[in-house]
Amino acid sequence: MTDKFQSESTLAFPGEVHQTPSGGVLVSKLDDVINWARSNSLWPLVFGTSCCAIEMMSTAAAKYDWSRFGFEVARATPRQADVIIIAGTIVNKMAPVLKRLYDQMGDPKYVIAMGACATSGGPFFYNTYSVVKGADHVIPVDVYVAGCPPRPEALINSLMLLQQKIKKGLTREQIREESKLPTPLTGKEQEAFYK
Amino acid sequence: MTKEELKIKLTELIPTATFDESGEWLNIVITPGDLLTSVEILRNKPELNFDYLFCQTCIDWKTHLTMVYHLESTTYRHQVVVKIQLDRNKPEIETVSHIWRTAEFHEREIYELFGVNFLNHPDLRILILPDGWEGKNPLRKDFEDPVNMIKL
Amino acid sequence: MYRETEILKQPGLGTPDVFGDMVINVGPQHPATHGVLHLVITLNGETIKKVDPHLGYIHRSIEKMCESLSFRQFIYVTSKMDYLSSHINNHGCCLCVEKGMQIEVPPRAQVIRVMMDELTRLASHQLWWGAGAMDIGALTPFFHAFREREMINDIMEESCGTRLTMNYMVPGGVMVDVHPNFQRRVKEFIAHFKKKIDEYDELLTGNVIFQNRVKGVGYLSKEDAISYGCTGPTARGSGVSCDIRKLFPYEVYSKLQFDEIIETGGDCWSRYLVRMKEMRQSLSIVEQLIDNIPEGDVQTKTKAVLKLPKGEYYSRVETARGEFGVYIVSEGGTTPYRIKFRSPGFSNLSALDHMARGGKIGDLVAIMAMIDLVIPDIDR
Repeated sequence: MTDKFQSESTLAFPGEVHQTPSGGVLVSKLDDVINWARSNSLWPLVFGTSCCAIEMMSTAAAKYDWSRFGFEVARATPRQADVIIIAGTIVNKMAPVLKRLYDQMGDPKYVIAMGACATSGGPFFYNTYSVVKGADHVIPVDVYVAGCPPRPEALINSLMLLQQKIKKGLTREQIREESKLPTPLTGKEQEAFYK
Repeated sequence: MTKEELKIKLTELIPTATFDESGEWLNIVITPGDLLTSVEILRNKPELNFDYLFCQTCIDWKTHLTMVYHLESTTYRHQVVVKIQLDRNKPEIETVSHIWRTAEFHEREIYELFGVNFLNHPDLRILILPDGWEGKNPLRKDFEDPVNMIKL
Repeated sequence: MYRETEILKQPGLGTPDVFGDMVINVGPQHPATHGVLHLVITLNGETIKKVDPHLGYIHRSIEKMCESLSFRQFIYVTSKMDYLSSHINNHGCCLCVEKGMQIEVPPRAQVIRVMMDELTRLASHQLWWGAGAMDIGALTPFFHAFREREMINDIMEESCGTRLTMNYMVPGGVMVDVHPNFQRRVKEFIAHFKKKIDEYDELLTGNVIFQNRVKGVGYLSKEDAISYGCTGPTARGSGVSCDIRKLFPYEVYSKLQFDEIIETGGDCWSRYLVRMKEMRQSLSIVEQLIDNIPEGDVQTKTKAVLKLPKGEYYSRVETARGEFGVYIVSEGGTTPYRIKFRSPGFSNLSALDHMARGGKIGDLVAIMAMIDLVIPDIDR
């Protein structure tokens, strides 16, 4: 997704400054200002089930600090959180719990599926009777992060991607359209692609 | 004690046991009815003193089930493996949780994954599988779940 | 699954002298349970009367899955079970397969394996220290612990490829040789960490508030520890001698000089001291080995497809949490017939009810922090 990565200017405060003799006047759209404020202070929910949770803790620690981007306050209760980062495998017994947590979060809320297990079942795809093959069978997901476990830099990249999508002012359905996984090619199209 | 000394000692204490010496540790095969008496002997006799049950599991051979107990003594550092054969259609056996407290959790797990009924267990209910699990026991060889299991 | 919070009916309830017992959930999603552990606690006021763990929220049916994987493939699933000692879990599986196929491991590979094990044990104890202190309420040690843990992760990443679930060991040795920078970086780490571990003691061990939270809490006697099957620092804090590296040495452990740390207090403070001293012992093991890596191959040549002969094999290793056992039943084919992983956390958790009765909820959190639970290890 690096070709869609916007330049520095979209990270600046939106609006135009007009200089007047006693200071200045800032003109902007209310929607832009609210989106800017919202995207720079997303509060994640503490939700880690297995190994990816350790990489999430590393991202929160001092070397790959995520509080530079505004995600410092990690809330334990979903009522006060904006983003849920699903770090780890979801199994059949945990799926109702995840749905309940998602329902308890207040709008607007976003979901990041971290790691191979949350994206599609990961290494536990074949021959298991209890793993949900992908967290998007349970709740709608906005950003997928690949890796097993993904590096802390990959997680920060995904959070920045989410920030840009919020700044552009898209609704949740539009965000999900953009990040839909591509449908696999079949038949003649597949042959033509690999020729 | 070495394997040979253990075999001699156990032959005189548990006359109905058969032995299998291939493998690293001595294997004893006893009948389900003998379980309580044998287990008392293994735990309480001062020369044996098997006070540490470090692994309890079950294996599904397609004609019968086998319960396997791995025992060790913390004073003498010798190990023994106790095996018991169970009927596949109605597997029932006494619990050993009054002797080794670790068996409480291990037996609950075997109950839900293999279907073995433990008599006189203080609290036999499912541990790891979801609540209200209806259906067969997952670790048996004839378990089929076309909805969840995607075969490679 | 989800118990509603309720007050149990009791005779005399409603009169000024009788307070009802309350049942609450310490739910699957909670910042202080290390993973997804659901505890249903029966309380009277704030005193705990019964703790009932509900497991299975991360049960990934690994044992069933391994029955369809080959003998080389199943090793890497175990590194996702107890992900903080992933090298040691892989090591245990490789030892079991090597025992079955009678494979000799070359000396260079043995030394590399032991060094990776001890570095993993150090990293796991560092994370325990940081996260355990965070549960009890002290936030500063978290950042100190992760700073040192990142140094170990970088060393691992250079030689093994990834930071967390390193799939580096194969039956017969290790996959590739260590990076040429390995010796230099480990020596730098040892020099740096020797000063830092004294800083850890300064931060937390001498702190009066921490000591009051942890002393006298969660008593487990020696007989109970053996009967519940506890191993690792949980049992060594109660006086049980159970270190597999000393009792049944494997690889080069018989040639090394290190102590087995045993404390007799039986409460959380003893377990804390055991782990802090174990960190120093691991550091000294790495120091003894880093200058004496023998030359040679890192892997014995084996066939691409392994077939274990018919029989049963069991191997035991000492992870950061206790004794990890791998039990393979093979029928002579290319996949195992039945695998059982004896995980240390399963038995340690069964003693939680016994330890927590009569205490308060704050004590329960301190006990869970000091036992060092990793829930995917328990549910498999």
